[in-house]
Amino acid sequence: MMKYSILPDVRGYYGQFGGKFVPETLMFALGELESAYHEAQRDKTFKQQLKQLLKDYVGRPTPLYPAIKLTEHCGGAQILLKREDLAHTGAHKINNAIGQGLLAVRMGKRRVIAETGAGQHGVAVATVCALLGLECVVYMGAEDIRRQSMNVFRMELLGADVRSVDSGSRTLKDAVNEAVRDWVTNVETTYYLLGSSVGPHPYPMLVRDFQSVIGRETREQILASHGRLPDYIIACVGGGSNSIGIFFPFIDDESVKLVGVEGEGEGIASGKHSASLSAGSPGVLHGAHSYLLQDDNGQIAETHSIAPGLDYPGVSPEHSYYKDTGRVSYVTANDDEALEAFKLLTTTEGIIPALESAHAIAHVTKLASELSREILVVVNVSGRGDKDLSIVNEALANE
Amino acid sequence: MSSIGVVFAESRRKALVAYVTVGYPTVESTLAIVPLLAECGCDIVELGVPFSDPLADGATIQEASHQALQTGVTPQTCLEVAEQIRQKTDVALAFMTYYNPVLHYGLEVFCTACAKAGVEGLIVPDLPPDESTDLDNAARNHGLDLIFLLTPTSTTERIRLVVEKSRGFVYVVSLLGVTGARDSLPTGLRDFVGRIRQETAKPLCVGFGISTPDQARQVGQLADGVIVGSRLVQLIRDDKPPYESVTSFVRGLRVALDQ
Repeated sequence: MMKYSILPDVRGYYGQFGGKFVPETLMFALGELESAYHEAQRDKTFKQQLKQLLKDYVGRPTPLYPAIKLTEHCGGAQILLKREDLAHTGAHKINNAIGQGLLAVRMGKRRVIAETGAGQHGVAVATVCALLGLECVVYMGAEDIRRQSMNVFRMELLGADVRSVDSGSRTLKDAVNEAVRDWVTNVETTYYLLGSSVGPHPYPMLVRDFQSVIGRETREQILASHGRLPDYIIACVGGGSNSIGIFFPFIDDESVKLVGVEGEGEGIASGKHSASLSAGSPGVLHGAHSYLLQDDNGQIAETHSIAPGLDYPGVSPEHSYYKDTGRVSYVTANDDEALEAFKLLTTTEGIIPALESAHAIAHVTKLASELSREILVVVNVSGRGDKDLSIVNEALANE
Repeated sequence: MSSIGVVFAESRRKALVAYVTVGYPTVESTLAIVPLLAECGCDIVELGVPFSDPLADGATIQEASHQALQTGVTPQTCLEVAEQIRQKTDVALAFMTYYNPVLHYGLEVFCTACAKAGVEGLIVPDLPPDESTDLDNAARNHGLDLIFLLTPTSTTERIRLVVEKSRGFVYVVSLLGVTGARDSLPTGLRDFVGRIRQETAKPLCVGFGISTPDQARQVGQLADGVIVGSRLVQLIRDDKPPYESVTSFVRGLRVALDQ
């Protein structure tokens, strides 16, 4: 059997994916970051500090909740929800932000920059910077600022300088470009706190490792409650951080089927989607070789999803590798299905999921009814939906 | 010797390297301007192949790339433009672009097409030597120089790697940051160039932030050549045939470098 958990290799590759495709200016910084991370991993104090903050500050472990009413509604497999929506700041993003924030402090960097799409990562970084007393600059596409104004306000309240990005599609991809430009300019004093499992090595590994707490807890919880591993784990995939976090601790357990759900937007044929793995092809963006949405000339395509956190043309190199090896299957849910799932979880369970997470819920509603009662399906509810109320309101008004 | 290397071997003068974004503001303007740049004293012209996400570029070149893409410029257009330019002038030509358009075109196919079009070098700022094996092989197969960049954060170890791999010349990025005109040269440039010089006899050309004859003159005293991009792109944007502000700017740089 193939052992996946040893990846990436020393060059930061997962099979043919990954690497460090960055301007020379950043090569030293990436090496420095990797060394600092390896040192931190060997440092008991660092690990203890992280563990303590995850428990007392983030509120971990988050529950693994048996969604009895949703299970009844779907009429098939038993559905359990991993409640990352209950983590402090309302999404899984805080797990990585705390880990990397501690790393920034350890490296003596007092200025932190970040990109954000939905604003969840930006809020998590702004929160951690407030906690650790770090200067915080968050780049956010102008279009996302419009769609997620409440999160902008939250970040500003937390003391972050939120900078609007007006170039390109004015969404997450462009925010990453601008954050990289800032980093190239201020690399000596600045820590780039990347929020998804994308970018040059070592970021995809760092983000995966800090998010793997989700999967480790899930494993302990389901072993305690059911005495066995789940049959399926389902999570949404934008850049891929919540999904890699819940998948990774199960990656070598072949009995556990892993399913990533991408944003199908208005349909693959419409071109308005963000399904990089399902409909893209390999290329290089933001420092890594991975699946991408691109045109016939290698220009990065504009993407669309009702969920801002999925609205990104690239994806984690590790997910790209799992697609090619077949370890994870990648499917899609469209905007309408996500919206229906959003309403369904809200009315059946009283849980308002983030629109990103609603894509995973949408898939489980299709899958569960085809499976028998003994089957255990875990769905990662990566975040809560409060941030999305205005989008949902607008969408429902148009129905 | 490579065709870009020849510039430095033959020339007793400091090299003047100019950057233009292909198709900005129009393909016709690029076709007209590049031969003029050569006439006014440029030794090498970097033809910018526009990319949708130019993360090493500042506002000027971002905007130029965006506009060029809007008007439908593709890597294929750039190859055709290069081929036409090659018929009008002997100036050394290098493409400057990002890795994805080249990768998507096909490394071997792209290098074949470059050689056929008369392009002699490639500069790919998001491709450090560490990731360049495939493109380097393809470039060598077709006699193209793959030119790498050094920056003030490069350690001695990285300086050695980059100067060893770089062919034609070594692109010395003067500062920490993206492309774009700056008011003054960064302090520490002399030391930085000195650190590189200790490791190599290859030609060193300094770029990023250089926009005036006086800056060019100062850089000419330190290095083998000077690269001017954003300021030129701004002038091209605002100029019209017969491109007097472009030509007088380039002549001014030439005079300053020859002093």
